[in-house]
This record gives sequence, C-alpha cells and structure tokens, in this order.
Amino acid sequence: MASLKDLRGRINSVKSTRKITSAMKMVAAAKLRRAQAQAEAARPYAQRMERMLASLGTAVAGSPDAPRMLVGTGRDQTHLLVVVTAERGLSGPFNTNAGRFARARIRALEAEGKTVKVLTVGRKGAAYLRREFANRIIGEISYVNIKRIGFEQADEIATRITAMLEAGEFDVCTLIYNRFQSVIAQVASEQQLIPAALPANDTAASAEAGALYEYEPGEEELLSALLPKNLAIQIYRALLESQAGFYGSQMTAMDNATRNAGEMINKLTLNYNRTRQANITKELIEIISGAEAV
Amino acid sequence: MATFDLELVSPERLLLSRPVEMAVIPAYEGEMGVLPGHSPMIVALRGGVIRVTEGGRETESLFIMGGFAEITPTRMTVLADEATPLASLSRAAAAQRVTEAEAALAAAAGDAPEIRDRAADRLQAARAMQDAAQAA
Repeated sequence: MASLKDLRGRINSVKSTRKITSAMKMVAAAKLRRAQAQAEAARPYAQRMERMLASLGTAVAGSPDAPRMLVGTGRDQTHLLVVVTAERGLSGPFNTNAGRFARARIRALEAEGKTVKVLTVGRKGAAYLRREFANRIIGEISYVNIKRIGFEQADEIATRITAMLEAGEFDVCTLIYNRFQSVIAQVASEQQLIPAALPANDTAASAEAGALYEYEPGEEELLSALLPKNLAIQIYRALLESQAGFYGSQMTAMDNATRNAGEMINKLTLNYNRTRQANITKELIEIISGAEAV
Repeated sequence: MATFDLELVSPERLLLSRPVEMAVIPAYEGEMGVLPGHSPMIVALRGGVIRVTEGGRETESLFIMGGFAEITPTRMTVLADEATPLASLSRAAAAQRVTEAEAALAAAAGDAPEIRDRAADRLQAARAMQDAAQAA
C-alpha cells in the first residue's frame, strides 16, 4: 500500500493538473468566442460573392471556353484533397476525426483506381496522415506561429491550388475540414472546390438577372477574376470554422479533464484518510498491547 | 436627395452599410460615379479610392486593393479585397508594398502572360495606395 507521503504527493500533482486544465478551458472559451465572431464577420462577403457568382455563372455556363476552375478539366482521375486540421492537440477527438475522415476518403478513391494527392493545412493532420500516406502528401502548410488566421492565409492556399490547377496537376479538388455544428459537435465533412459547385439558386430568377446586368470587363474576364476569389473565400470560411471547432472541442475536452481530475482527487483523498486512520488504529493497538504486557 | 444602399464588405468584415447619395468607385476602366437609378452592372475594380457622398458632402473615403462591385438601381455592393480608411493609410507600408510588387513583377518576367498581368495589376494597386497615402 502506498504510504501517506506518496498519496499526498499524488493528490498535489492531480490538483495542479486540474488547475492547468481549468485554465485551458477558460482560455479556449475566450478564444472560441473570438473565433465565432470572426466567422460571423466573414459571412456577408461570402453571401454577396455567392449572389454575384450565381448571376455570372449562368451567363457563362455552357460556353466552350468557360474557365477551368468552374468546369474542371473534364476528367476525374487525379484528386487533390486539402485536409484542414488544427495546429495543436489537447482538443479531444478533433484532429483525429478529420484525419480519419481523410483516410477513409483516400482509401475509397484509391480503391476506385484514382490517383490521390494530399495537401495538409495544420500540423496535426500532417502528422496523422504522414504515417500512412507519406508519399501522397505533396505539401504541408502550417500556421503554428500565426496568432490570428486572416484572409491572407486563405488567399495563400488558394493561390497555391490555382497554380497547381493551371499546371494540370489535378482534376478534382476537395476540401476536408471539421464543420462547426455547435460548441460540442464538430462534424468532419468535405466540400468540392474544383470544379466549383455554383450556388444553386432558382435558375429562372438568376437567368433574368443575368440578362439584365452589364459587365465591365466581359463576363469571362470577370468570372476568371472572381473564381479565384471565391476559392479563397471558401477556404477562409473552412479555416475559420475549423478554428472555431477546434476551440469548442478543446473547451469540451478540458472541461472533461477538469471533472475527471476532481473525481480523482476525491478518490485519492478518501484513500489517504483511510490509510491515515488505519495507521492510527495500528499504533493504538501497538501501544495498548504494549501496556497490557507490562 | 435620392439615395441608394451602399454596402462595402471585405472578406474579414462588413465595413459600410447605409443609404448614400453618390459613390465614386475605381472601376477597371476608369473612375465611375454611381448615383441612384444606375443601370445594373457588375464591374471589376482596381486599386484606388472609394469616395462616398452624403448630404452633399464627401463623408467617407477608403482605399481598396481591388475587388468587384455589383450595381443595381437601388443598391451597390462592393466586394473589396482589402479596405483601409484613407486617414489610416501609412506611407511606409505603401512604399514597402510597391517595392514588393516591383520585385514580384520582375520575378514573373518569364512566366505566362496571365501571371505577369496579375503581378502588374498588383503593382498598379500598390502605386495607387502610395499615391493615396501621400495625398492623405
């Protein structure tokens, strides 16, 4: 049986762990609020962009030289998966979920005989996928030193994808990230980026609007400038959602850890007191039996 | 005086959303003044200054690094890549951008024409930013 001193040491160490996890929980909660506000602030741009694209897309769709980003390369052989995860751990199943989802996708695509390339965003996803798919990873992007993810980072990723598209390095591009459903629920999900899934709206209304608008410069130039922006904004949205999800997940994980530490302390304290009493009883018995012997 | 709804959004936030009398935007093919009842248009914007007029006076002027504008008779939506109020533009930052853009253009000399065009557009936007910063 552990001595009293050992037990005291263990209680103290669990107590300091609890202090750390509860502090991390508070920090995650504060950061979650900020991340949610940022995601909220990015919404108007995405909505307006969608509206503009809907009217432009219908005007250009069907023309033979529509931009590649809209219609794809016409093939379906090489898939690029962009996997977005967090930079840090201690966040429950957050990173593993996205990683597992990506792994299932890679397996499924390869079973169909497709070629898969992977671009990871975030350190944790890279570490997860490197074990099994090291030769499919063509790039790893990490923002470990950046405090606040901005549009700049999303733009950087978009530029990289665009360059790869122009070089004909892939046919279909899919984004995998943790969608923020609520503070306690993040769902690993995928979104096709290229060929661009145009916002589906009632075609009658947009056809009418498309006929009305005048374009400067022409529709096609505009679209080819607008599509990379749209790509960047989709990525930005995914980055922000993933970030908010990360803090949500971390908060939940740290809350659980704090609670578990509390339980552990209770158990250890009970054990400590029992041992102490047993020791006293033992000493008493020794004294009494010693006195009787005299 | 008649007004129309102006919305100015950057990817990071909604900057302006209110009825105004007139707005001058740096359209791709030259400055463009927009009044209520303008015919519907979608235009690309280059780097330049957006000036907003309300109550007969210029009330807001912001520098944007390019973007798009959607105009209808009753509203205008500007999607700016990056927007900064003129007052908070910094000359040093603008000069640095010009240097960076010049370097990027020089580096793109051997690339495809589209890439060169993009670099040239960025340089033009950076120069416009420098001009705006000096004027402010």
